[in-house]
Amino acid sequence: MSTPLQVTARLRDPVTTDDHIRGPADAAVTIVEYGDFQCQFCGAAYPNLHELLRQRADTVRLVYRYFPIANVHPYAERAAETAEAAGVRGRFWEMHDWLYEHQDQLDPVHLSLGVEQVGLPPDELNAEVENRAHADRVRRDFVGGIRSGVNGTPTLFVNGIRHDGGYDLPDLLTAADAAANA
Amino acid sequence: MSDPNGLIQPGRTAPGFTLPATPDGALVGPEQFRGRPVVLAFYPADWSPVCGDQMSLYQSAAPVFAQYQAVVLGVSVDSIWSHRAFAESRGIEFPLLADFEPKGEVARSYGAYMANGEAARALVVLDPAGKVTWSYLSPPDVNPGADGIFDALDQLAADRKVMAG
Repeated sequence: MSTPLQVTARLRDPVTTDDHIRGPADAAVTIVEYGDFQCQFCGAAYPNLHELLRQRADTVRLVYRYFPIANVHPYAERAAETAEAAGVRGRFWEMHDWLYEHQDQLDPVHLSLGVEQVGLPPDELNAEVENRAHADRVRRDFVGGIRSGVNGTPTLFVNGIRHDGGYDLPDLLTAADAAANA
Repeated sequence: MSDPNGLIQPGRTAPGFTLPATPDGALVGPEQFRGRPVVLAFYPADWSPVCGDQMSLYQSAAPVFAQYQAVVLGVSVDSIWSHRAFAESRGIEFPLLADFEPKGEVARSYGAYMANGEAARALVVLDPAGKVTWSYLSPPDVNPGADGIFDALDQLAADRKVMAG
């Protein structure tokens, strides 16, 4: 049962309608990102993924799943649960974008201001997060990720196969185009 | 290069040992956890420069390891002082073992020592009786994640169910 060779990690939890999805439903390429809102490398990848979706608007869609590494990033779990609270109100991507554009403002006070800027009631979302109403969802994403071979953040799966390359725009375009033509 | 004899393989009894471990330097080793699966995670060095390095990742996955009642022990040739600072900075609560003196002795006994003087990045899963049930050698610069470990723990749980049934 020993594994002598490097095995390519594959996504084990298929994309469903429960996922947060941005881009066309019939896209040839689905990129699943496991991310941590407080991770600087995810923050660096964020504008590149944005640009990828703009340049490949007909062929690429992005799925975001939570992978907070809470022992290293003390605000990551709360940020993820807040994004989910926004998600149940149909505002996931607005919150997601705010979080990645304000990574130095994830403390509870600034986070509340962010919720307000996204147009949602901060007290209501705050109460849900305090009650851990969305903790199970975040945990489900995390466990699915760790079982799929997520080994840090960000980890991307391009059409189900772990992307072990870089996160600069040219890397992402190359990976997406290769998957589209596969 | 790793040990010419290679990483310890499934079916072998895991060599016993104790090493000073975080947080307080007490001697810790796999034999103290008989009756539970033990995951030995050998790794080259504390302080790798990425977000979610391997040991941080395993800490964040602690609730999943707990479901299997599995014990995770990190092992490198760093001293207990380095381990302690590293564990504190990353919030790592499972023991990090210092294979420091004689340097790398435990890593060598598992075939997980490299010629450059560091432990290899190697995973070894022991069954509750202390026998190796799965092992995996990763390139030193590739974080192997935890999916292989959990597959091995699933397999162990399934085997035990068959034996009990």
